[in-house]
Amino acid sequence: MTKNKLTGLLAASGILGLLLAPAALTSAQMDPIVIESWRNDDITIWQDVLIPAFNAQYPDIPVVFAPSAPAEYNAALNAKLEGGTAGELITCRPFDVSLGLFQAGNLASLNDLAGMENFSDVAKSAWITDDGADVFCVPMASVIHGFFYNTDAFSALGLEEPTTESEFYAVLDAIQADGTYAPLVMGTADQWESATMGFQNIGPNYWMGEEGRLGLIDGTAKYNEGGFLAAFEALSRWTPYLIDNYQGIAYPDAQSAFTLGLGAIYPTGSWEISGFEAQADFEIGAFRPPVPDGQEQCYISDHTDIAMGLNGNISDPARAEAARTFLSWVASEEFASLYSNALPGFFSLSNASVTLDNALAQEMLDWRGECESTIRSSYQILSRGEPNNETDLWTNSARLLNGEITAQEAADTVQAGLEAWYAPQQGG
Amino acid sequence: MRVLARGPRRKFPTHIIVFLAPAFLIYTVFMVYPLFDSLRLSLFAPDPESPQEETFVGFQNYQTLLTSEFSGPRVQGALQNNVRFFAIHMLVQNPIALLLATLLAGVARRTGAIYRTLIFTPTVLSFVLVGFIWSIILNPIWGIADDVLGLVGLDAAPWMGLPESALNTLGLISVWQFVGIPMMLFLVAIIGIPEEVIEAARVDGATSWGVFWRIKFPLILPTVGVVSVLTFVGNFNAFDLVYTMQGALAGPNFSTDLLGTLFYRTFFGFQLTPPSPTMGAAVAGIMFMIILTGVVVYLLGIQARLRQYEF
Repeated sequence: MTKNKLTGLLAASGILGLLLAPAALTSAQMDPIVIESWRNDDITIWQDVLIPAFNAQYPDIPVVFAPSAPAEYNAALNAKLEGGTAGELITCRPFDVSLGLFQAGNLASLNDLAGMENFSDVAKSAWITDDGADVFCVPMASVIHGFFYNTDAFSALGLEEPTTESEFYAVLDAIQADGTYAPLVMGTADQWESATMGFQNIGPNYWMGEEGRLGLIDGTAKYNEGGFLAAFEALSRWTPYLIDNYQGIAYPDAQSAFTLGLGAIYPTGSWEISGFEAQADFEIGAFRPPVPDGQEQCYISDHTDIAMGLNGNISDPARAEAARTFLSWVASEEFASLYSNALPGFFSLSNASVTLDNALAQEMLDWRGECESTIRSSYQILSRGEPNNETDLWTNSARLLNGEITAQEAADTVQAGLEAWYAPQQGG
Repeated sequence: MRVLARGPRRKFPTHIIVFLAPAFLIYTVFMVYPLFDSLRLSLFAPDPESPQEETFVGFQNYQTLLTSEFSGPRVQGALQNNVRFFAIHMLVQNPIALLLATLLAGVARRTGAIYRTLIFTPTVLSFVLVGFIWSIILNPIWGIADDVLGLVGLDAAPWMGLPESALNTLGLISVWQFVGIPMMLFLVAIIGIPEEVIEAARVDGATSWGVFWRIKFPLILPTVGVVSVLTFVGNFNAFDLVYTMQGALAGPNFSTDLLGTLFYRTFFGFQLTPPSPTMGAAVAGIMFMIILTGVVVYLLGIQARLRQYEF
């Protein structure tokens, strides 16, 4: 039996040696650990930066990054998991997709993984069971919302970055009075920007971040009361400042309009940094969502987007251990710094302090130290039912900005949709 | 010949089966079976105990779709939009096609061929291409539509972004794309009318107007019927153009939502909405019933009464 196993191993390593000559040459003793991912854009970063950095510390653990196309990832991964051919490391989508994999046993619990202590509860919220008992992915990166502005426009008009709500509207009024630039560049045609770059961007300051979001989940907060209603009301004040004919402007149009210098302020997400800096011929500045006047504490949407987990079906303990070693490294400060610098705008979720070469990315990252982080209100648990909470937010935020409904009507509609199926909100 | 004649008198016509088999098999496997399987699926729902299993629930999916406080308005909205989309085609596309065909039938063959080709070209373009071209033309920032419409005194407007205008605009884009098909059908029918009939009418003193309404139009009525049914089936199956231009959410505020986009969102899911194959099958079932009813009404109620003239 041992002989058979040995022959098999030799044969396997022979075949792999042919297929993966460089990897097999550096370490003949183990087949590479395979990373499943949808980030095929990042393949060079993994091959040239991240994996070599890991191997500098752990030369005995070969790793290959094997991405599939983003749109096919979920289906391809499921097929591989069912067929038992999935890689040892699995890149995790946030919330229910990964939760489903964990519940089916395809992701292992990582509660005792060394390095998990480097992540806050918000960072882990997208990859944790509803009762908080099991974490199953190492958080990798988030995207942060805020506002970009055209520094040329601001200096021409003698404006400064606003920090409070009244300063924000004073700046918008000044830009509008001047008339050279559109004050706010955002369209409502695609609808999602209204919710994601609008409502979820400025909202956390009104609903006190996690306090409000968790309140919705346990039923103590409502969309049509308090902070959430205030967020809808704040959003409705954007209407007069939006670029002309914004109802017909789609996301790529708004992006181009801002980078071509037609507008002064762009409600944004940090993933835009690399694209915008390449396109715009003016310097881009960033300010965080304005706080209501008199409020000291600020809150930002620091939305969990990507993580990495351990395949729950690995039979060979040595390979599982090697994969866990890699995951611990993903949880380390070194990875946080390498990853955030390679992909400006995708910020490591680690508590470790990371310095970024990209000034704009660094500025947005610094907000984490100044404000409390939260994630988008509709992503955890609340979008499991019908009508879908996220879709309701898109539609009603867009209608609100289009002036079809009032903030109260938008809030009531979203709340009614949630109450229709979500038991904790039905108590009264 | 003799040898054949001496054979058994009524030999089973095997060749008919051979000739029918390919069409029968292909239709059965790829059309009939999936259709009935989809209708079957619409009577099931995921088991609440174990979501992987499906259990029989009768017409519950249809009941939920049509009567629930949240999906009811979506279905009604999509149905109303679809009816309006169909009306735009019947009132704009088909009369324009008839007009173009009448004009083209009267001009010299070579000139006619150029116009015919030009008008027919958009129908062979992909929806994605047409949607993209029109998105750019109508774009409020860099589109040319506002300049052109300014010439006739219309103010700039985000035509695709306002709930009042989006569906009409979309309908007209679809008309622009597809006017060539009914035009061709009408043209063929008009050309097929014998010259003698028209000449006889003229000798009797009929004007061009009279010739059209009393001779040509009654003679091409069967084609009008066929065009109407094709428009009906095509419009109630429409999806691509809306998806390309407005996305699966068919905004603003579902004002361009057709049954096709509603089906897509339900069956495949959308953003954080999980997919629901059984509910999606029920939407498809509703679409099937609507189209079936329309076609049956046409076949039994209208086509049977149309007179076919043989020359």
